Amino acid sequence: MSSKVLTKPLGDVPVALPPLQRVTLTINGAEKQLEVAPWTSLLDLLREYLDLTGTKKGCDHGQCGACTVLVDGKRINSCLSLAVMQEGKEITTIEGLAKGDQLHPVQEAFIEHDAFQCGYCTPGQICSAVGLINEGHAKTTEDIQELMSGNICRCGAYVGITAAVEQALKVCQSNAQ
Amino acid sequence: MNSFTYTRAETVDTAIGEIKAHHTAKFIAGGTNILDLMKENVERPDHLVDITRLPLKQIETLPDGGLRLGALVTNADTAYHPEVQKRYPLLSKTILAGASAQLRNMATDGGNLFQRTRCYYFYDTATPCNKREPGSGCSAINGFNRIHAILGTSEHCIATHPSDMAVALAALEATIRVSGPNGERTLAMADFHRLPGDKPQYDNNLEAGEIVTSIDLPANGFANNYNYLKLRDRSSYAFALVSVAAALELEGDTIREARVALGGVAHMPWRKPEAEALLKGQKATKENFRKVAEALLEGAKGFGANTFKIELAPRAIVRALVMATEMKKK
Repeated sequence: MSSKVLTKPLGDVPVALPPLQRVTLTINGAEKQLEVAPWTSLLDLLREYLDLTGTKKGCDHGQCGACTVLVDGKRINSCLSLAVMQEGKEITTIEGLAKGDQLHPVQEAFIEHDAFQCGYCTPGQICSAVGLINEGHAKTTEDIQELMSGNICRCGAYVGITAAVEQALKVCQSNAQ
Repeated sequence: MNSFTYTRAETVDTAIGEIKAHHTAKFIAGGTNILDLMKENVERPDHLVDITRLPLKQIETLPDGGLRLGALVTNADTAYHPEVQKRYPLLSKTILAGASAQLRNMATDGGNLFQRTRCYYFYDTATPCNKREPGSGCSAINGFNRIHAILGTSEHCIATHPSDMAVALAALEATIRVSGPNGERTLAMADFHRLPGDKPQYDNNLEAGEIVTSIDLPANGFANNYNYLKLRDRSSYAFALVSVAAALELEGDTIREARVALGGVAHMPWRKPEAEALLKGQKATKENFRKVAEALLEGAKGFGANTFKIELAPRAIVRALVMATEMKKK
């Protein structure tokens, strides 16, 4: 692909591919160097450039939470973030939560509580729950429900999801002690 | 999304210079609204200036006892900041009533002020909209307008400002610090956003190339008696149909000072200091609150599907003020 900017004779509105941008980020512990068009979302970088298809493209507008990943431990909507803006950041996706065969406590809790039906929202739900636990603001079941409201489950598995997050929160808190 | 070029600014001055060097450049920080609008083809910048690396990420106490929120502090970091929670709980509560945890982790305080309306027709490029395409007409006035404005509207636009945070900032009388090609200046929150008039394409009173550097809160945070009441179609993760930021300073049952700002009803946070003044020296009673509510709603006009707001808003105001009163009695 050309990295040359083609411009109209008058003005500087790009009419062809603008230069690709180099971006270096750490994804699930491994440093990656990539060249991407400026408009590439973090979500598209993960799915299309790195084949990390666990992170889902639901609405692509920040309304459903299926694309939730962790950036420096905080959960964000990867569909509403440009890949180039994540230069130097540490990204954790659903593929990076387990340690070998040892599942993350949130993953275990989701299985135990059957916290999904079709499973499409689940990677986002799990990453969001890990972020919720890292943030440390959820004290009650109500808090969990409120702080998980950015993740929509159209199958309606909310009862199981809430129970799973509640259990994982307790496990992580006692592991931290 | 249209093609655009991208640069990362390291200083405020280079950020302003980059904006001036392009036709339709925009700043990007959290990106939560602008990228969405770019995907919808509503915003079509030829260049994005990434301002996330600018040194505007501090929350610091001001010499006058106020608190300065750097423009690039995230909404989440602001809402959970110990000083904000302790001294400006109204702001904390208001921020947490908006968006989702993910979006609050991304969105910045400065960027929050620049959210664009969620009017369906503004987003739908197949329909006329004076805000998106000046002169094309307003589809909402005779259209589906359940979420639209009842105050300060014009024949050209009935969009609302979507921010929760801005409503609390209006009630707290925050000051917005900006830098631009002509140097620095400050704007009172009341002068930052504007009513649509015959130029609904402009949401605020900033000049081209200006950037918000901080939001300054005055010393009085009304930390004892406050409330943010947000009424919406679902109990979380939805925009306000009507919201009320209420703050009171009480001496026993007597009101020394009152602030009331409304969201979801106008093109900007809706405040009327003369309505608030009606409460000065008065008892904190429902009857007195209703008078303020009526004064705030004076001239309200419905467009059909949103006419319910004309009664919902005063009831919300009374309820928010009652809840604020009952919080803590000195």
